[in-house]
Amino acid sequence: MADRQFRPETLAIHAGQIPDAATGARALPIYQTTSFVFDSAEHAASLFNLQTFGNVYSRLSNPTVAALEERVAALEGARAAVACASGMAAETLALTTLLQAGDHVVAGGSLYGGTVTLLAVNLRKFGIETTFVDATDPAAFAAAIRPETRAIYAETLGNPSMVVLDIAAVADVAHAHGLPLIVDNTVPSPCLCNPVAFGADVVVHSATKYLAGHGTTLGGVVVEAGRFDWANGRFPGMTEPSPGYHGVKFFETFGDFAFTMRCRMEGLRVWGASLAPTSAWQILQGVETLPLRMERHCSNALAVAQILRDDPRVAWVSYPGLPDHPQHDLMRRQMRGASGLLAFGVKPAASGGPSGGASAGMAAGVRFIESAQFMSHLVNIGDTRTLISHPASTTHRQLDEAQQIKAGVLPDMVRISVGLEHIDDILWDIDQALARAVGV
Amino acid sequence: MPGRSGPVTIPPMQDDIPTLRRILGAHRTIAVVGLSAEWHRPSHFAAKYMQSHGYRIVPVNPRYPEILGETSYARLEDIPFPVDMVDVFRKEDEMPAVARSAVGIGARSFWQQLGLRNAEADGIATAAGLDSVWDRCVKIEHARLFGGLHWAGVNTRVISARRPV
Repeated sequence: MADRQFRPETLAIHAGQIPDAATGARALPIYQTTSFVFDSAEHAASLFNLQTFGNVYSRLSNPTVAALEERVAALEGARAAVACASGMAAETLALTTLLQAGDHVVAGGSLYGGTVTLLAVNLRKFGIETTFVDATDPAAFAAAIRPETRAIYAETLGNPSMVVLDIAAVADVAHAHGLPLIVDNTVPSPCLCNPVAFGADVVVHSATKYLAGHGTTLGGVVVEAGRFDWANGRFPGMTEPSPGYHGVKFFETFGDFAFTMRCRMEGLRVWGASLAPTSAWQILQGVETLPLRMERHCSNALAVAQILRDDPRVAWVSYPGLPDHPQHDLMRRQMRGASGLLAFGVKPAASGGPSGGASAGMAAGVRFIESAQFMSHLVNIGDTRTLISHPASTTHRQLDEAQQIKAGVLPDMVRISVGLEHIDDILWDIDQALARAVGV
Repeated sequence: MPGRSGPVTIPPMQDDIPTLRRILGAHRTIAVVGLSAEWHRPSHFAAKYMQSHGYRIVPVNPRYPEILGETSYARLEDIPFPVDMVDVFRKEDEMPAVARSAVGIGARSFWQQLGLRNAEADGIATAAGLDSVWDRCVKIEHARLFGGLHWAGVNTRVISARRPV
């Protein structure tokens, strides 16, 4: 009889964690240890040769961290995962495992600012070039591919641009050129979107956001679908003996979780951005309630978007859950909800206020943020608390104005990560802050 | 079984968790056809892993007298004691002949390794009453169901409120 396919609500609580073999502990123990003893010299040799699975040192693997890794892999409908110290560490681990000097990346333009910097500045220093294209146009990805391109990178739901990626169309472009599609699925979380089901090959998460969900803990995860043919001639690092791990051929030896093993044994081992066991435990407390929380984040965000859309003090609203968002239908095909992020522009007062234009909108946005009572002005997203920020002056300030526009950041843009407070209270705080911002 | 229309129809592979647990729990002597003596080859990885987890590995490879401390036999028929499982790392077109040999020596299961799924061989094994598994790695399935693979971050699909045994 076929094994039962469990639903996300069940996986969010159970996947990756059966009762502890040694103690029977039902909740997840925190294995706060750097190292693990070998049974014998022979056992040690087998572990180092990767001929048996086990724990050696918590920079490589740890039983508490493993529970988070398997749970996220299960929620994504994927084969395997490896956790990291932060979302940026996860992106860096995935990209540096795959790429080397001389390689090229095609990336969606509407990316998180830290990711733009990673691609355009930091990886460029190591001889890896990136071309940024319009993330809403699959043909633009295809047109930018060169002989030396080795990956396509995009966000499933852009932060803060609210651009929805057509995952299946871009995956088709990638696969037609023998390339993996890497997507950042942080904003939907695995609860609202599973990019693997639409053809993505590698999924990265900032677990700091909705997965952890309470604004307490940094973490990241790299997830591998397990379907990409690494033996297509473009990825010798996956098929040839690894100089980084004494001659192991990762794809031949580990098959559909070879990329995860290579991230772990080559990448985590030397870059060292491992997730702390205590952090993994804290993130998992959040993951257990992820489906419940996402339902409320979505319904609260939709209510906020609807109110703002009809408010004369608001210039524009971008939320993929609104029918007038240009990619609303695509969002509905790919996602089970539009998540809790939205962006809007505060309309400067028509008369008596500063003159119109970008600077007036920007000033009104800043006044809105400074007028909030319980909505927190900070740069995180995916918290129980409602968070507000002004990307042009914070997360995206390292980018010049052209890069900001390419990333979907307008000067007057206010981003709200709608939290889990009562919707009436959230709407009250928005209303009073708008009143102070525009004087109406 | 619903959907079976004749003797050539191959039933779906029995690879649910209880079936794999039963096979791996009871079939403790494993003849590995095509076992390599090279330490970095997948067959060597798999056999060494199973050996270290208490299974008796019987190498079947005419090129070597001994692998992993065990006598290597040229053919399955040369093994002078009973074998529970025949685990095969050979080219797909050799599978039916190996399956017939597995049936001939009284093996209880026929296991085609990752990437191999020869339907004719599966039919031969299944018709003779052997458990037949294909396109799976015996090491990976053991590690998935009895611990180990979980620590590598792999989705084991094991959901349970019982302590592992």
